Amino acid sequence: MDEYFHSVRLIKSRCKGCVSCTKRCPTEAIRIRGGKAHIIESRCIDCGECIRHCPRHAKTAVTDYLADLDQYKVNIALPAPTLYAQFSVDFSIETILHGLLELGFDEVFEVAQGAEIVSLMVKDCLNAKEVKRPAISPACPAVVRLIQVKFPELIDYLMQIDAPVELAAKLARAKYSQKYNIHADELGVWFITPCPAKMTACKQPLGREKSNITGAIAISQIYGSLLKVLPHVNEQANYNRASWVGIGWAVAGGETSAAQVENKLVVYGINHVSRLLEQVAMGNLDDIDYIETLACAGGCIGGPLTVENRFVAETRMKQRMQKLKDEYQVAGKSPLTDYHKDELGINERQAIEPRPLMLLDEDIFKAMDKVELIEKILESLPGLDCGSCGSPNCKALAEDIAQGRASETDCVFKLRERVRDLAQEMIDLTKKMPPPLEKELEELEKE
Amino acid sequence: MNTGQVINLEYELTALNFDVAGEASSKTKRVLQQIGVRTDVIRCIAISAYEAEMNVIIHSLGGIMRVVVFPDRTEITFEDRGPGIADINLAMQEGYSTAPDYVREMGFGAGMGLPNMARCADQFDIQSEVGVGTKVMMMIRH
Repeated sequence: MDEYFHSVRLIKSRCKGCVSCTKRCPTEAIRIRGGKAHIIESRCIDCGECIRHCPRHAKTAVTDYLADLDQYKVNIALPAPTLYAQFSVDFSIETILHGLLELGFDEVFEVAQGAEIVSLMVKDCLNAKEVKRPAISPACPAVVRLIQVKFPELIDYLMQIDAPVELAAKLARAKYSQKYNIHADELGVWFITPCPAKMTACKQPLGREKSNITGAIAISQIYGSLLKVLPHVNEQANYNRASWVGIGWAVAGGETSAAQVENKLVVYGINHVSRLLEQVAMGNLDDIDYIETLACAGGCIGGPLTVENRFVAETRMKQRMQKLKDEYQVAGKSPLTDYHKDELGINERQAIEPRPLMLLDEDIFKAMDKVELIEKILESLPGLDCGSCGSPNCKALAEDIAQGRASETDCVFKLRERVRDLAQEMIDLTKKMPPPLEKELEELEKE
Repeated sequence: MNTGQVINLEYELTALNFDVAGEASSKTKRVLQQIGVRTDVIRCIAISAYEAEMNVIIHSLGGIMRVVVFPDRTEITFEDRGPGIADINLAMQEGYSTAPDYVREMGFGAGMGLPNMARCADQFDIQSEVGVGTKVMMMIRH
């Protein structure tokens, strides 16, 4: 494996080398070379914007398969709450959970249960005054990586807690390795994921040495099989279930309402998130307590590996939440109010390191030279941001040229200019004659 | 290698033009990131520059922001034409503000701008003449 694992990949045969993806990428991580898109690994944050926008579906996300379950003695499914929104509310959450067992899992553990605990942790962290404001949610791994590469100065603002799925995996591991009395290596813990960013987070954890998650299987990948089994699920096993507070995390705003944060901002869509973080970087939002930042429009229900339209999904999610609320009321139950700090592995957490991609050169003097060079090159470029050169815009091309990764004639307009100048020179040259012939030419002209 | 090397940046600031407000500071921040200035220093410079840039846009009739980036420090000068500041000592007090309501509604004008800048900078100087304009200079070591 290279320095970086990425879930987002290119299917070469489908790529036509159009520039759609280069323009959508929030970190300018894609270049077209040799007629195909190339992802610059150090820049990619696995947000999946390119998957969403490729007209030829040439971008894909590598996730695990159900067949991978064979490698483990016992397999646990960790369904993201977003999974519930893929199916009509006629299928209860219990039915969906049981459907996962039919697909070959031995146990299910809702990620929403992890989310409920994380909600309480967020609340506690915000009550502890020493947390820097505005604190930024660490739940969306694409946003965390966006901060690592593009806003390294904001890393300290990320709340130092695990994402719900990591916590759920930790709890599930503890619970089922005891129940089955098996070694941790024999236990497969699989996240049913709405996005490639979470897949990458399993292989390359954020703020942890090793993830408790074995792998991730895309919702879109098991959707079909699940759809087939759901109508035949009769058993309504009694699961230890998450409340509406936890499943609400699937929709933007769910986290902050679960954590009961009043002075908050909820931002979704990776480019909107990027613009808002720029404001935070300028010290403009210091009066806000908490920012819930989500890479996908509408929150996780808008994930690139989901199936259902996000607006439909949102309505279903809200219906399911209301239903759970009613059930709790009838039963006189209330959501989780406390958690055990020691079972959460908080001390296993490591600092999230910056991965600044803006840096032009390790040597500050060379870097300063490059800044000036880029400025000069940029002035000479047409500024149309057409992307035909394979870089997302003129500025990115100027940077690529300064870094020796592209040349000025990659710009079709600059190339045309050169051809025109050369053609002019050729015309000028046709008028020139070797000295022995000059006289002859003069005579010819006289005639 | 030339140790006297600098990067000069200059931005024209237009009064009450909120369309591009903050862009000059954003661009300055980007350059500092490109040359690898420490992130906490970048944050400090970005916040001070932004405060000062907004001051010019909100309070003056327009002005200019000049940035000189040295390998070891950044110097930023803001020069505006405008009402000037009658009592600089008062303006330097935390919470003192002359910002009109519509500006406060946008989240600016809390009276923290100048004190914040002075706190962040290694060197800070402000000169003002009523009816002429204000000049703010700050130097921040990398």
